[in-house]
Amino acid sequence: MTRLVPYPFLSLSLIVLWLMLTRFSLGYLLLGTALSLVAGQAYSALHPAKPRVRRWRVLPRLVATLFWDIMRSNIAIARLLLTEGRNGRRSALARIPLSIRDENALALLAIILTATPGTAWLEYETATGVLTLHVFDASEVDHYHDVIGKTYEPMLMEIFE
Amino acid sequence: MTPLQAIPLAVAIPVAILVVLGSTLTLIGALGLARLATFYDRLHAPTLATSWGTGGIIIASALMFSFIDGRPVVHEFVIGFCIVLTTPVTLMMLGRAALQRDRAEGRDPFRDGPSGDADGNPSAGS
Repeated sequence: MTRLVPYPFLSLSLIVLWLMLTRFSLGYLLLGTALSLVAGQAYSALHPAKPRVRRWRVLPRLVATLFWDIMRSNIAIARLLLTEGRNGRRSALARIPLSIRDENALALLAIILTATPGTAWLEYETATGVLTLHVFDASEVDHYHDVIGKTYEPMLMEIFE
Repeated sequence: MTPLQAIPLAVAIPVAILVVLGSTLTLIGALGLARLATFYDRLHAPTLATSWGTGGIIIASALMFSFIDGRPVVHEFVIGFCIVLTTPVTLMMLGRAALQRDRAEGRDPFRDGPSGDADGNPSAGS
């Protein structure tokens, strides 16, 4: 079973995705299942770290926090872009030491930081665990230090570690 | 009567607001991409389009076609999902390429200290 379906959640998600993009019928279900099994096999060839989600119930809280953060920074960045050249904005590089090491947690953090306008993930050093972030508005550097260290990292740790 | 006229006002207004919000944010992002001076700054402008820019239009589309078809139409969210998952890959690749280029040309953005100026601009004369 594990050899045939190495990533059951991935395969299941692909079937759901396939059915959402087509119409539900037995033929599409079979085709989607076959494709998702092949995709699961192909994915396992990459030897990714298997995600172990420990606490699902933290996830809604993470999504809600992210939703508000994205909204807030959308407004902030839109305002900065419209007043560009008149607001004296400076960008900055921030080096933030991370305590999470799990590959999947880091991937999720990368998605979170990219989805939030105002921060760009530049580099992560595996040896030291230091993340280099480009922050659009230098006065927000402390805010992002706080948000990452006190909000997202503890939540990601609860979910994955 | 076209399908569009059949939409009640209570649905049409939020759909209109979301479409205008999404497209305005995308436009601001595009303008920012054109106007900003440095590469690292420019990385930020399109994220307006990939977050609420796309989000607003997707939610509006799902809302409107769910009403017209009389069943939940949610496959737009697949677009949003894929955009959210794939943007970090391109962004990181571009960001790291820029860092690599800067270092190769001897202007490490870190030389000014841990949170120094990150213009990515060559200093005068170099």
